[in-house]
Amino acid sequence: MLYALSTCQWCHKTKVLLEELGVAFDYDYVDLLEGKEQDDAMNTVERWNPSGSFPTLVIGNKRAIVGFREQEIREALKV
Amino acid sequence: MNVPEVTESSVESAYLALRTDAEKNGYRLNPDAEFTKNLVRGLLKNEQRYGYHSCPCRLASGKKDEDLDIVCPCDYRDNDLEEYGACYCALYVNEAIARGQQKVAPVPERRPPRSQRGKAASVKVTSTTAMPIFPLPVWRCKVCGYLCAREQPPGVCPICKATKERFERFV
Repeated sequence: MLYALSTCQWCHKTKVLLEELGVAFDYDYVDLLEGKEQDDAMNTVERWNPSGSFPTLVIGNKRAIVGFREQEIREALKV
Repeated sequence: MNVPEVTESSVESAYLALRTDAEKNGYRLNPDAEFTKNLVRGLLKNEQRYGYHSCPCRLASGKKDEDLDIVCPCDYRDNDLEEYGACYCALYVNEAIARGQQKVAPVPERRPPRSQRGKAASVKVTSTTAMPIFPLPVWRCKVCGYLCAREQPPGVCPICKATKERFERFV
């Protein structure tokens, strides 16, 4: 699950990388959510990444990679 | 949310104005023009939807007084440029990156998390010696560090053009 912002270029790069890697993923543009939906998403992001920053990539509900860390993302998703 | 699209021509002119302004003041924009224009598009979109151009890589609250620290240029830019060579979103970069001699690496978030915001003053005087008594308060621009001694902070920072609300009492 990718938590991203629609205006953030590092989020954009992360999404492009995931598409390129051909992995199945869902994403939320948290800035486009409103009210309770946005609150819920933020609480989830903060659970994985206490600074509440973007992009936060949660892999398999097990670990999170914060920021566009290309090498780390590639290795974590290696089959 | 029904927000009109930001036009290409407005992105282009904002980008050129920002670049000229940055270089006049000793700053450099990210040399990746496409990446940088997308950040500028984000700034314009935030201006449109929130009423202030907050950082495109941070979630704004929609309340300007809570987000003054992330109105671009943010309060964290200079420290991040110093430590990582780029500001958080990488709109501003150091000379080596601007010249293509160094690559931009991810910059960790320096802004305090939601739960800790607005609690601690950003500047604490740690000196143990007694402060001299000045005839006027000293104000500090949180964006560029400019200091001035006067009754009130200036309406606009004469160095970086940040507005009055970005000043804090320093002494």
